[in-house]
Amino acid sequence: MISIVIRRTLSLAVTLLIVSLLIFTVMDLLPGDPAAIMLGTSASPETLAALQKQLGLDQPLPVRYLAWLAGVFRGDLGQSYTYGVPVAGLIGERLAVTLPLALIAIVLSVAIAIPLGVQAARKHNGPFDFVAGLFSYISIAVPAFWVGLLLIILFSTMLGWMPAGGFPGWDAGFLAGLKALLLPAVALALPQAGVLTRVARAAVLEVMNEDFVRTARAKGLSEGIAIWRHAVPNALVPVFTMLGLQFTFLIAGAVLVENVFNLPGLGRLAYQALSQRDIIVMQDVVLFFSALVILMNFLVDLAYLVVDPRLRAGAQ
Amino acid sequence: MKKLLRRPVFLVGLVITLVLFAVALLSLVWTPFPPTKMNIVHKLKAPLDFGLLGTDQFGRDVASMLMVGAWNSLSTSILAVLLGASVGTAIGVVVAMRRGWLELVVMRGCDIIFAVPPILSAMMLGAFIGSGRFTAIIAIGVFMVPVFARLSLGAALQIWTRDYVTAAVSMGRPKAKITLVHVLPNISNQIIVQVTIQLGLAILTEAGLSFLGLGMPPPTPTWGRMLADAQTFLGQAPWLALMPGLAIALAVLGLNMLGDGLRDLLDPRDNS
Repeated sequence: MISIVIRRTLSLAVTLLIVSLLIFTVMDLLPGDPAAIMLGTSASPETLAALQKQLGLDQPLPVRYLAWLAGVFRGDLGQSYTYGVPVAGLIGERLAVTLPLALIAIVLSVAIAIPLGVQAARKHNGPFDFVAGLFSYISIAVPAFWVGLLLIILFSTMLGWMPAGGFPGWDAGFLAGLKALLLPAVALALPQAGVLTRVARAAVLEVMNEDFVRTARAKGLSEGIAIWRHAVPNALVPVFTMLGLQFTFLIAGAVLVENVFNLPGLGRLAYQALSQRDIIVMQDVVLFFSALVILMNFLVDLAYLVVDPRLRAGAQ
Repeated sequence: MKKLLRRPVFLVGLVITLVLFAVALLSLVWTPFPPTKMNIVHKLKAPLDFGLLGTDQFGRDVASMLMVGAWNSLSTSILAVLLGASVGTAIGVVVAMRRGWLELVVMRGCDIIFAVPPILSAMMLGAFIGSGRFTAIIAIGVFMVPVFARLSLGAALQIWTRDYVTAAVSMGRPKAKITLVHVLPNISNQIIVQVTIQLGLAILTEAGLSFLGLGMPPPTPTWGRMLADAQTFLGQAPWLALMPGLAIALAVLGLNMLGDGLRDLLDPRDNS
């Protein structure tokens, strides 16, 4: 077990290194000189050269990459060209919006999907199963950012219950912050819930007729308790695996939904950095998101090994 | 045919997809109004007030824009998926033929590509070569490569263990020929099903990219940009946000249902 974990961790480190090199190289190839962008058009060639030297832009690519990487390890992600502040602080600030948003969306999607999937499996081929299937089909097909627009039309424009966008900051109070994140989180959760409902249904269907569930029924447990206490915990493994795999789509959705609701999150930061050509911010945010996806998949892999002893044997 | 009729998912998916393709193709030769022609006098008209689905802030006919949007969305997505499917499948079958260290390198490469969400790679690419249809195709297509590489590798490895392949190997047939004659035809069903499902995903991603302004440049109508434009008029003209979203959802729904239906239909376990 330990040797597998060590091997997986090494492979994780190599993947992260290659991703960072790839992102750095692509961003470096971008046309436009960051120093020139910072100084504007009126700067003299001497000032430009001085700033290029100060930013280390006169160094060759491998040197700059290593310097950037060393910075990343120290938690120094460089200075934003447009905001004039350290990128690490900027990411931390924006993470305070994106992280709760993603977490609420994940919790919501699981809270919708598990009861729906389990019930659909229990009543499979019945009317409830049909409705749950329809829900999955439709929610997977609708774009999260469109759901966001519909929610704004309904709850903000027509009913006036919720803010149409923006984020008051956590200083304005926990509830105010939560209120601002609720509609975007619902928009983000819906497509995920559709995928997870399907997985939960299939997983419960598969274990429902296993011996241990039959034994639970045979010893007199009600159908509901037999399913919820014995079948569902076993069916959760594939659901959480799917959650890990869907993480990259959750991030893509967050970039869009943050733009719909005007939320000052990481996705919006990446988008603004792109339009302002703030290469260092772009580079760091993309690295951060990619590292998050890779880490998430790594954790799912590990969790799998812990939960399912058969896989430990297979991996060796 | 009777067998088909007993599969409602496949049938509904097929009908929606056929209508989508028909509308997209029709838009190449006919739309109710010229889709990019502005008509400020008739701006922001409600559905049936002017044209079938009303007009936008420039008085352009929404129905005509949706039709052209269908073509733009479909053609971009099809090209992206074809790119991903052909490159991915080629990689998958070659790796299945060679195995060894190549398999390790390719699988690690797939993990790496998978790690960068397509919206972000499109943003990076957009900053590099400018936004537009080409950027969208490359960004979506590249993200599809690992999907098809993994699928075809897994499927091809299974075929390589079959008796008829072992027989071909022992007869001295070159591996490349076995791949072409035995492996590819036998994994094609799975690839076709995946192409259909990925098409739906590609349409969603393309819509997201054009929503952010990273798709085809204006005034070319795209579903994503129609939604982005509608955002300003949510209070005044909510139908502007309704129609393009419905079009995207219907298109993706149809393709997903068709893919699921095809999978059931082509599944050998089912046939036996």
